[in-house]
Amino acid sequence: MALDRIFRRKKPQLVVQDDLPELWSKCTHCSVQTYKKDLLAEKKVCPSCGFHNRISVEERIAFLLDEHSFVQSSGHVTPLDPLEFKDSESYPDRIKRSQQKTGRPDAILCGEGRILERPLVLALMDFSFQGGSMGSVVGEEITRAAELALERKVPLLIVCASGGARMQESVLSLMQMAKTTVALNALGKAGLPYFSLLTDPTTGGVTASFATIADVILAEPGALIGFAGPRVIQQTIRQNLPEGFQRSEFLLEHGMVDIVVDRRKQRTLLAQLLDHLGSKHKKAPVQEYKI
Amino acid sequence: MSENVRSLESALHALEKTMRDTGADLVQEISNLKHKLEGLRSSEDAKLSRWARVQLARTPSRPTGLDYVERAFSDFVELSGDRCYGNDQALIGGPATLEGRPVMLLVQQKGRDTKGNIKRNFGMSHPEGYRKAMRLMDMAQKFGLPVIAIIDTPGAYPGIAAEERGQAWAIAESIAKMASLTVPTLSIVIGEGGSGGALAIGVGNRVMIMQNAWYSVISPESCAAILFHDAKEAPRAAESLRLTGQDLLELGIVEEVIPEPLGGAHLDLDTTVANFKEAVLRHLEELSQLSGEEVLEQRSRRFRNLGVFGEN
Ligand SMILES: [Zn+2]
Repeated sequence: MALDRIFRRKKPQLVVQDDLPELWSKCTHCSVQTYKKDLLAEKKVCPSCGFHNRISVEERIAFLLDEHSFVQSSGHVTPLDPLEFKDSESYPDRIKRSQQKTGRPDAILCGEGRILERPLVLALMDFSFQGGSMGSVVGEEITRAAELALERKVPLLIVCASGGARMQESVLSLMQMAKTTVALNALGKAGLPYFSLLTDPTTGGVTASFATIADVILAEPGALIGFAGPRVIQQTIRQNLPEGFQRSEFLLEHGMVDIVVDRRKQRTLLAQLLDHLGSKHKKAPVQEYKI
Repeated sequence: MSENVRSLESALHALEKTMRDTGADLVQEISNLKHKLEGLRSSEDAKLSRWARVQLARTPSRPTGLDYVERAFSDFVELSGDRCYGNDQALIGGPATLEGRPVMLLVQQKGRDTKGNIKRNFGMSHPEGYRKAMRLMDMAQKFGLPVIAIIDTPGAYPGIAAEERGQAWAIAESIAKMASLTVPTLSIVIGEGGSGGALAIGVGNRVMIMQNAWYSVISPESCAAILFHDAKEAPRAAESLRLTGQDLLELGIVEEVIPEPLGGAHLDLDTTVANFKEAVLRHLEELSQLSGEEVLEQRSRRFRNLGVFGEN
């Protein structure tokens, strides 16, 4: 922890957003009502049916990391409008609106943290910021997160949630797919593990780049994960899509993801994987995780 | 092409026919008319909208990948299949020689007619296409062959089977593989550079684009459908997307725009291919001076630096 203090650039701000309007929350999936404090204790997984509600980036950190272990590294990079993109609403205005809503410069938050005492670098995509779309800033922050992991000699975890590349930066967005990949290749070459956690939804250029080249690909239950969106596919083939198409379980069955893991078991699983694959760079033996 | 150009062209053809048929000496007249036509095409080209270039890139008679392969390279041996599932016909490849140099070709191939387009799935690959590309990249790495990737696809195919077999995975892995090679890689967009399906073989030490080709994160139609809720607004979306060769050069995405004959590549295949070949040879020669490590380092730096943002 002493090291953390030395490298701390920003005080961690971990506020669990309690955005449920009433004391009780009705599951959108099974309609069963849960006392909202119980739902939070379950990491917003419905105790009745197991439905994984979408959560904020701050909640994700609180649910995944050791308390007070997160030190933010991102936030110095800000979006521009290099194409002066012509749209019904200007790109800078769209950006400003999302920035005000999320308090972030763009759809990403990165930093260092610990899971059951095991250090790692994390990058978390924010779907509430323009659909988690990847433009130059998201690409740069993911790249820097990979470079930070390389510098610290610790594993990297990217929590994905994105509609894909950001149209308003056109081909510059597309190039972020290659740029992030170059940084992840370097991490892999150094023998440092990279994990991705695919959450609802992960599609388009993010799925077709860093999300799916991880050493271990984890997915949350029921998450929509794919290259083309279901609507695009439906328009192309003009027939109905099969039940469960492009969901985590479907992808597991087709051999595309390693493990579909319940949000409440992710910490333990990640600790196990961090130990199994991260031993090459380990300086001292770590305590056994509690199951 | 405008009415003016078309009427000049038919006048020229008439003169040429008259000279052939009657033996009359019309050399001077023909030369004058050709000169005038060239000037008119040149001024019209400068005025071409982005949408007009997208349409040029999609002209049915536009040269396809194999037209370049047959004219610029020799002894192309097509190797089939991904050794796993199938043989994608929209992405083909194999070794060939270029002026005596052995190279590995990866070619996104559209059909030359309707039947061909059905066979080639309109240039839209399934995952096995990208997996074939990866297999050939491995082979190129093993035997020290530079990779020349010819890009021409509206995009990777969006279908049920493609998703089941991991379309996103195949593209991501192909990008990662190409990014890791220590043999030189060149990518040239000759027609359509449709998003991730194009980038899968677009990780070049040098990336080039033909003058009337486009390269974008999304097609103008899909972009228009999302932004303006109407695919018919595609011309507007094309302007917004800044997807032409000149745009990409200004944004630092490509090293070079390869000139096409006035009016488009389809009007003069020999000149088109000659320009393509000259550029490819020149870049290949430059890259051949680098060691394997330097090749990897140069390409990594090239892509590391792409993106425009502020910093505070
Ligand atoms: Zn429920």
